[in-house]
Amino acid sequence: MTLRVVRRLAILIASVFVASIVVFVFMAVLPGDPAQVALGVNATPELVAKTRADFGIDRPLVTQYFDWMGGVLHGDFGRSYVTREAIGPQLIDRLGVTLWLVGAGMVVALVIALPLGTLAAVRHKKASGTAISGLSQIGVAIPAFIAAILLVQVFAVQWRWLPSGGWTPPNQDAGAWIRGLILPALSLGLVQGAVLTRYVRSSVLDTLGQDYLRTARSKGLRPYQALFRHGLRNAAVPVVTVLGLQLATLLIGAVVVERVFVLPGLGSMLLDSVAARDLLSVQGIVLVLVVGVLLVNFVVDVLYTVLDPRLRGS
Amino acid sequence: MRRLHVTALALLLVVSGCSAGSSATVSSDPNSLSVGFTAEPANFDFTSTDGTAIPQALLYNVYEGLVKLDENGKIVPLLASSWTVSADRKTYDFQLQPGAKFSNGAPFTAADVKFSLLRVKTDWKISIKSKMDVVERVDVVDPTHARVTLSKPSNNWLFDMTTRLGAMFSPTGVADLANTPIGTGPYVVAQRRRGDSIVLRENPGYWGKKPVYTTVYLKYIKDPTALNNALLSNGIDVISTITAPDSIPQFENDNRFNVVQGTTNSEVTLAFNDAKAPLNDVRVRQALTYAIDRKALLDTAWAGRGTLIGSMVPPTDPWYEDLSNAYPFDPTRAKALLAEAGQTNLSLRLRIPNLPYSVSAAQVVGSQLADVGVKVTIEPLDFPAVWLKQVFTDHDFDLSIIQHVEARDITTFGNPKYYWGYDNPKVKELLSQADSGSTDEQIVKMREVAKTLSADAAADWLFLFPNVIVAKTKVTGLAQNQVSESFDLTGLGRS
Repeated sequence: MTLRVVRRLAILIASVFVASIVVFVFMAVLPGDPAQVALGVNATPELVAKTRADFGIDRPLVTQYFDWMGGVLHGDFGRSYVTREAIGPQLIDRLGVTLWLVGAGMVVALVIALPLGTLAAVRHKKASGTAISGLSQIGVAIPAFIAAILLVQVFAVQWRWLPSGGWTPPNQDAGAWIRGLILPALSLGLVQGAVLTRYVRSSVLDTLGQDYLRTARSKGLRPYQALFRHGLRNAAVPVVTVLGLQLATLLIGAVVVERVFVLPGLGSMLLDSVAARDLLSVQGIVLVLVVGVLLVNFVVDVLYTVLDPRLRGS
Repeated sequence: MRRLHVTALALLLVVSGCSAGSSATVSSDPNSLSVGFTAEPANFDFTSTDGTAIPQALLYNVYEGLVKLDENGKIVPLLASSWTVSADRKTYDFQLQPGAKFSNGAPFTAADVKFSLLRVKTDWKISIKSKMDVVERVDVVDPTHARVTLSKPSNNWLFDMTTRLGAMFSPTGVADLANTPIGTGPYVVAQRRRGDSIVLRENPGYWGKKPVYTTVYLKYIKDPTALNNALLSNGIDVISTITAPDSIPQFENDNRFNVVQGTTNSEVTLAFNDAKAPLNDVRVRQALTYAIDRKALLDTAWAGRGTLIGSMVPPTDPWYEDLSNAYPFDPTRAKALLAEAGQTNLSLRLRIPNLPYSVSAAQVVGSQLADVGVKVTIEPLDFPAVWLKQVFTDHDFDLSIIQHVEARDITTFGNPKYYWGYDNPKVKELLSQADSGSTDEQIVKMREVAKTLSADAAADWLFLFPNVIVAKTKVTGLAQNQVSESFDLTGLGRS
């Protein structure tokens, strides 16, 4: 068990290192000069050259990379070319917003998928089960941004129940914070919930057909009792895998949803920084996102062994 | 099952609580105002970061200059209560507002005028700082009297003083311009939420007329639809400029809102690479100008909102003349001119920024030029980074379409190194005469510049971008025309 975790950890660290190089190289080959963009039209070549030196982007790429990575390892992501602020604190600020959004989206997805998926499996031969399957099929087909636009039109523009966008920090006004989070979380969560429902259904359906459940039934347990006591843990393994993948999808979906709902998260920071060729910021954000996805994979891997003792030996 | 009921009830409570809270999205305080913008300032330092977003938020609101530009394009007093110009037009004597103070408490005096004007040369980084090169010396005659001496007479200089270049700083207030702006204006920056908003609060020590709205939220919403939705759902009170013209009718047909439409300084220009064959041939440029139906283009690209101008002069400039009929839509004539120039098999690259107005205008230009036998390849480039590098800096283009947003930017035609590569000594001469002459001479000479450029088809000015503000009916005093760099909050009122 410990060996497995240690091995996974080593893979995680190596992946982060490789990812940092890839991110850095991509930024370096991106056309467009950050100094020129910051200074705007009419800037003289001399001034552009001077600003390039100020930014430190006239140095060899290898030097720039080790400088950057060295800083990052100490928690220093550098200073933005555009805002002249330290990037690290910005990242933490923005990451907070995105994590709330992804977390809330995940909760919405789980609240939808777990009961509905189980229900659809148990009643798979009845009309209600088929109906849930059909609905989830439709849900899968709707991209998050369409859901977002529809939700805004109905709940914000027509009925004016909820704000169409904007972010209030939870410590400033908790009520406004929750109201602002509902529509974005629904946009993200509804679609993922539909996807997850299908996995929960097939996983539970699989479990229902297993011999040990029949044994449990023959002991005198009722169908739901048997499922909840003996089946769910087994059904959970494939669901957790999908959940891990979905977290990554949610992070990406958050980029779009943040734009539609004007949330100051990591996604909108990424879009703005790319447009302004604020390369140091872009590097920092992408690195954080990559590390996030890798961490999720790592946690999912470890969770397998917790859920399924059979994997511990291997 | 009971648990489900409880959950449903909780959800219902949250949602119903929201309908009551919808007024909380815009502060219910009548003294506060929320204005939506698309472009967010990267920081607060317009001395080192170019672009329109910072002066739009700060000029006239947080920073003030000696003079300002009113909504009709007229230069009016601000921190200077009056001024006189010497007979040789090189010396300006400014009488200053005696009670003015910076928001950090320091009094505003002639010494600050000297400090601010000389600082442009030494400390500013953005390229337009060269417009202040004409300042030879600044003298402090007494605390409320500053004298500026120019190296040569310049009408443009006083005009430029109405822009961010004329903003007054205190030596005690420039330590952290990027984050802590300190000016003499009616507002101070109270809070900044990056990616979301800037909060301006009334400056308690302001020397002039107190603003009606004591708190103003500048909300930054990049997506045009999201910006519209914010107003429709009561998230903001004003949209500073509509960037999705198709959405204007929904506001015009809604009696909760007031739509104000005027002009800007922003010419949407089809730029020709004048220095490079085949567009260095005036006949080819004229042919392309005849081949484009600008009225139809405006209807398609920007829902018919905007003004046809025909040269690089908006109607708010004193030397404006309607030249929009200089090249009436005439494909036959265009073909004849192309044949005369020996360019019957022309193939051109239209390299544009990937911005909505430019992409839709490019499609019309492409199809209309195809009608006269010119093959056009449209190449959208990432804006600003790639467009600035390849088109603007490296001049790697035949045609491009972009808004030229700066005031009086017709002067760029006097610079042969500018990306359109227009080199005409006569225009250079006229521009310099206009700058140094009397006000009347300036108007005459500038008209001649505009006419010469039109005759030369130096570029094709497709249309002038409209200024469309949408506001709740309670908001009054919105300027119809956007002619200064500022979104001026000082004139706003409440009905």
